Amino acid sequence: MSAHVSAVAGTLESNDILVTISSTGGSANSVSLSSIVISQFGPAIRAVIDQCLEASGLSGVEVTVQDKGALECTIKARMETAIARYKEKM
Amino acid sequence: MRNRTFLFMPGNNPGMLASAQCLGADVVIFDLEDAVARQEKDAARNLVSHALKELRPQGVGITVRINGLDTPFWQADMEAVVEARTNFVMVPKMERAEEVQQVAEAIEAARRKFGVQEKVEALVIVETPMGLENVYAIASASPLLRGILLGAEDFTAAMGAQRTAEGAEIAYARSRLLTACKAAGVLAIDTPFPFVSDLEGLEKDAAFAVQLGFDGKAVISPHHVHRVNRAFVPAPEKINWAKRVMAAARLAEAEGKGAVSLDGMMIDLPIIKRAERILLLADV
Repeated sequence: MSAHVSAVAGTLESNDILVTISSTGGSANSVSLSSIVISQFGPAIRAVIDQCLEASGLSGVEVTVQDKGALECTIKARMETAIARYKEKM
Repeated sequence: MRNRTFLFMPGNNPGMLASAQCLGADVVIFDLEDAVARQEKDAARNLVSHALKELRPQGVGITVRINGLDTPFWQADMEAVVEARTNFVMVPKMERAEEVQQVAEAIEAARRKFGVQEKVEALVIVETPMGLENVYAIASASPLLRGILLGAEDFTAAMGAQRTAEGAEIAYARSRLLTACKAAGVLAIDTPFPFVSDLEGLEKDAAFAVQLGFDGKAVISPHHVHRVNRAFVPAPEKINWAKRVMAAARLAEAEGKGAVSLDGMMIDLPIIKRAERILLLADV
């Protein structure tokens, strides 16, 4: 059984987003999203997260996302950074 | 593109990156170096890259200050920002002409790698005693070099000097860097004024930079931008004089005269160059 791996990118400051990726030990991925603009942009934010996760090739991870009003380019950047940091630790 | 103000912005702050085009600076500098902690270099590089690709600030020149050639970060920084089509790559702590050539080769290699058609030029910072000693060689090292910024904080620290609002401790550095840049035909960019809340001192410092002949000045606070921009705009009477000089010069040329006078003063090449600079600064 592999050790638990976790990686973080971003902040909880305004206009930013905090992404945490943790290993679950299973094979499926899960995403937990909270956002200050969830009612207006929740589906769009979720779509960007899903695209980044799919492109990463990761499996068996839980992605926890706390959004503070990040633009799409920031969401992508933070996701990519968290994914790269996670892969470095694998 | 005008070059009066070069505004430093931290490269890992999404809110500030998004506001880049609204702050009035002619050029913004997204900083991957001093403003970013070592463990956040990757995050800042990714953020700046995505911001440039997807949020392209309009009406403003884009520079990214990458990490120095003596760090393990600079090559990844260079590739990311050239791919994202920055206008300029700014490289700190230049000390020798060979380093400028290394930077120029890296820019061109990155352009080839990512098929970037747009021109990407280099701005470098001279901020050490050795860099100042070699500043003309640095200024004339590559056609890709667009300008040099004097980094007075590191420079005065290395000299053991005290940094003051009056700036006597950087008088020689300013003059030497300025002369080298003018001789080499590249932009001379003055150091930022570091005392953020001293706006009167800022205005005096900016006016002095203009008097010396600097082409622009770096700023570290959005509150400084409009004051420095204003310092670089010539007075209306100077603009009017410059327009009349250029009109007289054009008339002389049309009539095949070698020289012409205006208000009893001979209009020769130095006068025309001064008038051109005034009109350039006035954006007329």
